[in-house]
Amino acid sequence: MLGSLTLLLLCQLAGEIAVRLTGLPLPGPVVGMALLFLGLALRGEIPAPLTETAGALLRNLSLLFVPAGVGVMTHLALVEREWLPIGAALIGSALLTVAVTALVLQGMTRLLHKAGEAEE
Amino acid sequence: MDTQLWRIWVYLAETPLVGLTVTLAAYLIGDWLYRRARLNPLVNPVLIAVVLLVGLLMATGTDYPTYFQGAQFVHFLLGPATVALAVPLYRQFRQVRRHALPLLVALVAGSLTAAGSAVGIAWALGGSLETLLSLAPKSVTTPVAMGISQQIGGLPSLTAVLVILTGIAGAVLAPHTLNLLRIRDWKARGFAMGVTAHGIGTARALQVNEVAGAFSGLAMGLNALATAALLPLLIRLVFG
Repeated sequence: MLGSLTLLLLCQLAGEIAVRLTGLPLPGPVVGMALLFLGLALRGEIPAPLTETAGALLRNLSLLFVPAGVGVMTHLALVEREWLPIGAALIGSALLTVAVTALVLQGMTRLLHKAGEAEE
Repeated sequence: MDTQLWRIWVYLAETPLVGLTVTLAAYLIGDWLYRRARLNPLVNPVLIAVVLLVGLLMATGTDYPTYFQGAQFVHFLLGPATVALAVPLYRQFRQVRRHALPLLVALVAGSLTAAGSAVGIAWALGGSLETLLSLAPKSVTTPVAMGISQQIGGLPSLTAVLVILTGIAGAVLAPHTLNLLRIRDWKARGFAMGVTAHGIGTARALQVNEVAGAFSGLAMGLNALATAALLPLLIRLVFG
């Protein structure tokens, strides 16, 4: 548990350093995720303690967004003044984005699948 | 108020203990309701916790920085949790590689739709320029979104709030939208969730299905990269 938590923090730290050095437009933890992924691919399996620690963190992932969400209180005046454009943009854009992404992915997968069959 | 109690309150309000405890308690209430509603996406635990906490802080006259002194310990774990997404991703990697091209095309389409539709709708309804620019990167995970917002002239702290609200809106609305469109493949459901609602969508996807969770985490990482690369260029085109 402690070892795998340290491993996660080390990957994050390496990610932060890599971002600073290269100027990549990515947050350190996302680069850390890529580094851990590479490590797992090289090793060829996931160590059991890591499965456990990652599972414990990810099962409670929603909780980790709460402190940032409470930050809405620092912009309540602006949100109140522009509640219609902001609310409509958030809801409309969420509906459109999820629909477009899923339909394009499904359509492309079917298209390639058919092309693959035609070749055979 | 009784002076003894008042003194205890003044002491506690200065320590991180209260902020941390109320965050966990509010989330436990939200999560309990969410489970009682059998993971109904409309009963989102993050939304419930945020509403309870904002109400509590306003009622007690506590400001956000004071609250955050305690809540930062929870907030900090976002970093290692993001790294941990490599684990479900590794388990699904064969599937990811097999669908690389469709995933890439869907990513670009989704990324452009997220920014374009949000800015377009807010503009049509009379949103201020500040709001429009802060909205553009809202589907991307918070640290990247704040960086992009700064770069294009938005308000990074407003963007942070809009990112969280987007995540909640996505986690609440996406499952029903996907059902309506009859998208049953967990890969497509997860990936669309991650492009739309970053980590909050991924949290929801992980609770429902491991494959969906892995593809959602992947989409979140890729969308950060795609939006950071594309959005500043687009904004320069549109706003000159």
